Amino acid sequence: MADAATSGPGMPQLDLTTFSNQIFWLVVTMVVLYFIMSRVALPRIAAVLADRRGTITSDIAAAEDFKLKAQEAEVAYNQALADARTEANRIVDAAKAEMQAELDVQLAKADAEIAARSAESERRITEIRDNAMAMVSDVSNDVTKEILSAFDVKADARSVTAAVSARLKGGA
Amino acid sequence: MADENGGLSIRPMDQFEVKALFGGDVSWYTPTNVTLWMALTVLAATALMVLGARKRAIIPSRGQSAAEMAYGFIYKMVEDVAGHDAVRFFPHIFTLFMFVLFANLLGLIPFAFTTTSHIAVTAVLALTVFLSVTALGFILNGTKFLGLFWVSSAPLALRPVLALIELISYFARPISHSIRLAGAMMAGHAVAKVFAGFASALGAIFFVPVLAVTALYALELLVAVIQAYVFTILTCVYLRDALHPSH
Repeated sequence: MADAATSGPGMPQLDLTTFSNQIFWLVVTMVVLYFIMSRVALPRIAAVLADRRGTITSDIAAAEDFKLKAQEAEVAYNQALADARTEANRIVDAAKAEMQAELDVQLAKADAEIAARSAESERRITEIRDNAMAMVSDVSNDVTKEILSAFDVKADARSVTAAVSARLKGGA
Repeated sequence: MADENGGLSIRPMDQFEVKALFGGDVSWYTPTNVTLWMALTVLAATALMVLGARKRAIIPSRGQSAAEMAYGFIYKMVEDVAGHDAVRFFPHIFTLFMFVLFANLLGLIPFAFTTTSHIAVTAVLALTVFLSVTALGFILNGTKFLGLFWVSSAPLALRPVLALIELISYFARPISHSIRLAGAMMAGHAVAKVFAGFASALGAIFFVPVLAVTALYALELLVAVIQAYVFTILTCVYLRDALHPSH
């Protein structure tokens, strides 16, 4: 035991005989601790921190990049959508025009047909009427002749015919 | 050693005795309790800073977070207080902080020996800081370093007086630097020991000193960390004076 420490209530801190021991071990400790810290611990932690900073920076850059890409994709999508709309409108218009043209052709054809047929009908009606008129005058002549012969009136065919056609004209 | 043989024979200073680990006299190279607790300090600091950060994870574990926090805390302190060009001394200052912090904290373990409660230890630390900072001041700034004592913003007549005061305060630095730490550590531990002694002597109302020791222990925990912080930040302040001596 050191003499001063056990001799009474004095402070062991002031016991000069232990100073050399404390200072020696302190120097050893500090040198060891300094080498552990400066050679191993601090470079490692500095590397980790730098790594993390790098990772965060690159992640943010990547996120920025993705955002930009998403915006580009959205623009492209909208563009494609607009293109598709115009294309669709164009196709619809073309189809409409084609149908209209077809319709016009068909209508013209149908009109021509109708016109042709009504002309034909007209012609035939006229023919039929003419025939009928002819027949009526023939029949009237014959009937008139018969009646006249029944009354024993001699009348020449020409005057009868003239009289009948005059009556038919007046009656018509 | 600290046997209570009845009555009030509290010996609060016994805990500070330097004893040889394996008996015999204490000479300069003897392994003593100083050796043991300094070695434990190194182990604790290594455990935190090397083992804690051994995975080098981008997303840190708890241990790694603590190590990174200690790193960032001291790095920022050096940068903010001593200036950006003081960063090359960061490993030295960090070593100093780690040693003082863990010596203080380990000293709080019951029956532990607190190496930083010894003026011999703190004085060597403070003198090392003082001498290296002074040498650094002269090496980096030459005679301009003396401008630290010549307050050019003061009236000319006052400057010699101020120079004297500055000089005295400059040389008082290592004294206050070392005694502050050793004193704080020693006082707290001695008071805790005294209260603990009361607990065994007071019998039925033993819980009063026990509560007091508990409260004191919390305070001591605070003091241990704050003293390590103060010791380190003062070192940074002195370093700043050496790097930028102009007022």
